[in-house]
Amino acid sequence: MINPIENLNKTFDSRVRLGIMSTLMVNDEINFNDLKQLIDVTDGNLASHIKALEESNFIKVNKGFIGKKTNTTYAVTKLGEKAFNQHLTALEKMIKGMK
Amino acid sequence: MDTKQRSLQELQQIKNMMERSSKFISLSGLSGISAGLCALAGAWFASQKIHCWQYGNCQFGDLINDTDRKVQNDVLLIAILTFVAAFATSFFFTYIRSKKTGMSMWGTTTIRLLWNIAIPLSAGAFFLIRSMQLNQYELITPGCLIFYGLALVNASKYTLREVRFLGYGQIFLGIINLWLTGYWVIFWVAGFGLLHIVYGILMWYKYERVSAVVNNNEE
Repeated sequence: MINPIENLNKTFDSRVRLGIMSTLMVNDEINFNDLKQLIDVTDGNLASHIKALEESNFIKVNKGFIGKKTNTTYAVTKLGEKAFNQHLTALEKMIKGMK
Repeated sequence: MDTKQRSLQELQQIKNMMERSSKFISLSGLSGISAGLCALAGAWFASQKIHCWQYGNCQFGDLINDTDRKVQNDVLLIAILTFVAAFATSFFFTYIRSKKTGMSMWGTTTIRLLWNIAIPLSAGAFFLIRSMQLNQYELITPGCLIFYGLALVNASKYTLREVRFLGYGQIFLGIINLWLTGYWVIFWVAGFGLLHIVYGILMWYKYERVSAVVNNNEE
């Protein structure tokens, strides 16, 4: 029997990262402030988790401007989508398999 | 048991985040109730103005002489006031709710929701203004109901799913009203009044009653 825990992605092993990924899965793109409010974390905390996900190539960053203010938005990559779906399937299996 | 519990919790978190980030969920049931009450008050004042109960004829378009013109303007004024009051009170209750859920009123989800309501509603507004210019007054109430219903069905993708059923109800009443134009007051009361109130009570019962009880116990 395969241990389902192996399929759980370590990258998603945090409330903040899980929040970022869930949000990006259902939104085309989202900016830093909206993410911050949704997940309810500090700037620094959110930034470091975004960096980690970006380094894994799970999300991509778009730096833009609204007038003179910077507006950085984030979107999920194909790879990130695949990894997240695998993570979801693994979670489901764990719930079903351990009755 | 621990891992199973954790997996369940994690999935719930994911679902919650997906919903919070993509939909405007602060819409309060009380907003529906208040909008319905405003519609009822508006309908009462309007029907008093036209005295249709007295003559047994509620056809707005039959008002043609000089004093009737004044009645027409008064009724339009009542309609505008009703709309403003309904909008203001529903905004108020939803604002209170958004404070409670901790969600900002002015996120991306709000703009998306308002935009999707605005498209069918503004198309409807042009249609109704033109109907009035052509003296097709009997189309006003069915037109209001149908376009408002379409706006709700369209908007339901971006807020509580149940809004869709409120929309179906309005469209249905509007279509029947097209053939029973003399009874526009009844259709107005049923659609904008009663449907709103019933919807509001159901939504409040489903989503807000529990949190109201919890909050009271905590205090």
